[in-house]
Amino acid sequence: MRVSTTVNGRSYEHEIEPRLLLVYYLRDVLGLTGTKVGCDTSSCGACTVLVDGESVKSCTMLAAQADGCAMTTIEALAVDGALDPLQEAFHDNHALQCGFCTSGMVMAAMSIIREHPGLTEADVREGLEGNLCRCTGYHNIVKAVLAGAGRQAHPVGAAR
Amino acid sequence: MIPASFDYQRAASAEEAVSMLREHGEEAKLLAGGHSLLPLMKLRLATPSVVIDVGRIRELSYLRDGGDQVSIGALTRHRDVETSELLQREVPILAHVAGLVGDPQVRHRGTIGGSLAHGDPASDLPAVVLALGGTLVVQGPGGRRDIPATEFFQGFLETALAPEEMLVEIRVPKARGGWSYQKFNRRAIDWAIVGVAAVRNGTTGVALVNMGPVPLRASAVEQALAGGASAADAAALAAEGTDPSADLNASVEYRQHLARVLVRRALEEAGA
Amino acid sequence: MTVTGVPADGRIGTPLLRKEDPPLLTGEARFVEDLVVPGALHAAVLRSPHANARIRSLDISGALASPGVVAAFTGADLREEWAQPLPCAWPVTADIKIPEHLPLAVEHVSYGGDAVAVVVGESREAAVDALDAVVVDYEPLPAVVDLQEALTDRVVVHESLGSNRCYTWSLIPDPAAVDSAFAEAAHVVKERYVQQRLIPNAMETRGVCVVPQPFGGDYTIYSATQIPHILKVMLGIVTGIPEQKLRVVAPWVGGGFGSKLNVYAEEALCLALARRLKRPVRWTEERIENAQATIQGRGMIQEIELAADRDGRVRAVRVNLLADMGAYLQLVTPGIPLLGAFLYHGVYDIPAYAFTCTGVFTTKTATDADRGAGRPEATYAIEPAMDALAHQLGLDPAEVRRRNFIATEKFPYSSAAGLVFDSGDYGPALDQALELAAYEATRKEQQDRRNAGANKRIGIGLSCYVEMCGLAPSRVLASLNYSAGGWEAATVRLMATGKVQVVTGSTPHGQGHETCWSQIVADRLGVDPDDVDVVSGDTALSPAGMDTYGSRSLSVGGVAVWQATEKVIAKARAIAAHQMEASEEDLELVGGSFQVKGTPSRSMAIQAVAFEAFTAHNLPDGMEPGLEAQVTYDPPNFTFPFGTHVAVVEVDSETGDVDLVRYVAVDDCGNQVNPMIVEGQVHGGVVQGIAQALYEEAVYDQDGNLRTSTLTDYLVPSAAEVPSFTLGHTVTPSPTNPMGVKGVGEAGTIASTPAVMNAVLDALAPLGVTALDMPASPQRVWEAVERAKKAAEGEER
Repeated sequence: MRVSTTVNGRSYEHEIEPRLLLVYYLRDVLGLTGTKVGCDTSSCGACTVLVDGESVKSCTMLAAQADGCAMTTIEALAVDGALDPLQEAFHDNHALQCGFCTSGMVMAAMSIIREHPGLTEADVREGLEGNLCRCTGYHNIVKAVLAGAGRQAHPVGAAR
Repeated sequence: MIPASFDYQRAASAEEAVSMLREHGEEAKLLAGGHSLLPLMKLRLATPSVVIDVGRIRELSYLRDGGDQVSIGALTRHRDVETSELLQREVPILAHVAGLVGDPQVRHRGTIGGSLAHGDPASDLPAVVLALGGTLVVQGPGGRRDIPATEFFQGFLETALAPEEMLVEIRVPKARGGWSYQKFNRRAIDWAIVGVAAVRNGTTGVALVNMGPVPLRASAVEQALAGGASAADAAALAAEGTDPSADLNASVEYRQHLARVLVRRALEEAGA
Repeated sequence: MTVTGVPADGRIGTPLLRKEDPPLLTGEARFVEDLVVPGALHAAVLRSPHANARIRSLDISGALASPGVVAAFTGADLREEWAQPLPCAWPVTADIKIPEHLPLAVEHVSYGGDAVAVVVGESREAAVDALDAVVVDYEPLPAVVDLQEALTDRVVVHESLGSNRCYTWSLIPDPAAVDSAFAEAAHVVKERYVQQRLIPNAMETRGVCVVPQPFGGDYTIYSATQIPHILKVMLGIVTGIPEQKLRVVAPWVGGGFGSKLNVYAEEALCLALARRLKRPVRWTEERIENAQATIQGRGMIQEIELAADRDGRVRAVRVNLLADMGAYLQLVTPGIPLLGAFLYHGVYDIPAYAFTCTGVFTTKTATDADRGAGRPEATYAIEPAMDALAHQLGLDPAEVRRRNFIATEKFPYSSAAGLVFDSGDYGPALDQALELAAYEATRKEQQDRRNAGANKRIGIGLSCYVEMCGLAPSRVLASLNYSAGGWEAATVRLMATGKVQVVTGSTPHGQGHETCWSQIVADRLGVDPDDVDVVSGDTALSPAGMDTYGSRSLSVGGVAVWQATEKVIAKARAIAAHQMEASEEDLELVGGSFQVKGTPSRSMAIQAVAFEAFTAHNLPDGMEPGLEAQVTYDPPNFTFPFGTHVAVVEVDSETGDVDLVRYVAVDDCGNQVNPMIVEGQVHGGVVQGIAQALYEEAVYDQDGNLRTSTLTDYLVPSAAEVPSFTLGHTVTPSPTNPMGVKGVGEAGTIASTPAVMNAVLDALAPLGVTALDMPASPQRVWEAVERAKKAAEGEER
């Protein structure tokens, strides 16, 4: 079947198998390997991307379902070598170690920040319930998301 | 994990979805948000040969004030139920519990209709709709019919939906009185080991999550309350009529104990 | 050339932000599965659904006929590919039993997940779809799940070995001293603790891609591994391919925690398939496979006895372990208990010591290193036992610990188990932890709630730990029958432009080596850390190394970098002295320049020296051109980090729910290179230990089926389950190495499990609960409370 998508501001059209999961569409078809596969059961969140501005687990969505959607992956955040404020907050707060969960964490956090105007630690912790990290113990991720929220110069994830 | 191959069809309306179901029979599955079906397909525990995507039927995503009740389109996403001002005002328990389903990413895709039609006894929303005394509207080849929530859940992952029917709307009475939802689990993302929904709306409705093969009403508790029993006395009856299974998280006995404790806490919080 | 010198935040001891971060934050970093390899075939592995079975027949013809399938093989088909079986590098005793472990099983499967066939397709989908077409006829045999049952040999996992007893290893330096201490003891504590099996669950599953050069006979193996160097040696041995033809690359690796410290069937399999098919072959592990086919951790039954005098001073400790090997011996499976064997006396001065461990085969996934490896087990034996002793004596747990600490003046301390502890100062860490945890105030709140009969009970748990890092002095490894050395190699190279390249054998997978090694070099040379690059994880670029595990990177690999830098400085000094016509003794290296002492105007930048070394126009007579040094460092001793952790929990005694409300960690890892990274290691380690205490368990049913093979059943905690932490530290440098460093990668995991479990039992103690298995799930807590209630009622009657 044929799908047309907009990913990171670029338009695409592809012929795909209906069973192709969105995460493999992004990784194998578009070569956007920043989005990871960490589990088989929508548990870990490593595959989180934004679909029409909201976080979704791209391992639990068919590429067919994304037909006509605008998507944002981790690759779109840094512009001309400058990190997005949220990425910068992850860097400044040592919120990543092996980095495998990081793109999913950042994308999930973007959605959380957008949806919680007065973001608290509890909001962040509950909001990240679907993203697993094995390295950081979450302490610094939570700090980074709070810092990133305070530092947003623009509504994150919008119109990118 | 890769699903087995299937044909993908997209329905533009409930009528079209129903006619596709008629055409393909039991080989077909409806796909809404996909958060019940796709995990099963990835594990190849479900291998439909046709997947009918109903996720694009925008006309089935709505929240409408219907006087003494609220009507919710089956394809309304959990996130929209959670953040609906109408529900937060008129049926606060439903908005609250929609915010406890899965995780934020799941709530961005998953739909209330998908959750109810899947009929998982461990799922949160069926119990809430039961406690509220809601009604499910389904569409079949012959038109629409109403099914009371109390008659909708019939067996483990079995509902009153006929193979050619699709759930299109959920109606719940407004319920601005006391309410409580007790979700007991080990991790925030997990299914409830036991959950309790209690709603005061004239009478007190109490429903149980994961206390049997289907979402259940705690009838003994409700009757005792109606007969004037105290919350504590009524809660002691919470395990009556239940048939919970044992799993990695809980034995039958422990689930029954939890049901009694959580029903008491729910009734106390709801002010019953 | 201007000398920038080292910025303040680049020196040793400062929290330099990580150099590793930008490519990871932008999605640019490539993990194995992200590598684009044109023409690569995809392998999918068919695994046994039975824990124990004979293979009556295996038919792959259906798979071969599936669309897109290039090849399919059974274990018998590939039998001739293996020059040797998969290796066990740690045969701990001379009479150890080692079952033959082939990448694909032949005739018999020994655990659920054992590989029986492989399908190779043009796409992942083609290979996975064809697995369904392989027909296997199994004759199921009884599973062996329970350790004690396994010891009876009623069912023997490997018939050819005759028994499930793999080995028995003892460390009893003075048996008479132990016996007499128990005979004379005023108090004896006897406890039994179960270390449940854990699934390490690195967020990146394993993955392999082997690229052959059919006409050169060379192979490049990309693998998500912690140990590219060891893997290269072992794959050469297993496949018979000369080692020099193999190049192993560990690209970005998504965590390991010990689970990628191994030589796995799929690595050998992809290499053999690439050799046969003359095309690149790749395999990516699914999470469900990871639960079965990657090693698991822990899996022990521990019996510990303490003999104490009237004042609660412990005079002897006696330990008996049953250790679950699983079905096969992976790389260091039998040795894991030995990594804890010397530490069951913990931070306490206990003069008599007895340790015995028996390794047992079961029909389960092999165990092996999992963060801490042996040391969490030792700590979760002595620390709860110390609480039990405190309880028996009616003393505060902190007081019992203080009475038994190894006195500061006794360091270096020769332990009864035979180690020499480098340095330690245990009291201040305990004091600081108690203060940060508001210990007295929390005890008061605990008592107030008890008095009020509150349902939510507070528990406070202490854990004073010591670990053994810096694996390892090679001669000590020899005495333990380990088949390799414990050294690490580093090269530091100043290039013509004055930039620095560091090449190390230690291979990171999240630890931040690039940042830390840059800091070490920058600090010593006086250059900007951004001018330092670190090369690792590729055996062609870094041919010598012993890789990354056991909190060894800084105290072995980092020290090698330090020493190589010192050698570079020595040569640079000679060149500078020659050029400046000064004597070497008169030169000091300040801010990246050699200066004549007292005459700072006469100076020569290190970069200028590097350029002179490059041109070699004017070097001292007989000196080789170039400015680089290589060091292979074999540590003279282990290092012994320590600390105290305090957990405060709230237990709902009605539902059994445990809520961790506060957590304090005070760690002493000696001198710190980057305190930010140290804290990160502690945070992550602590959560893994909390997870063992409260959430995680690999559960097998009686038929040997793993019931927790997904992340929905195996409860890795998320941010929503844990609090933020309060950290403190003390600094007691190690005299073992010139940097005074010890290591911190596993400390959090080692300390936190007993802290949390002690807290849960502390909360429940007034209800009469004295024992609780891990994880302390709500149901387990509720059952323990119910049992204690019934026992109390029985007593009243």
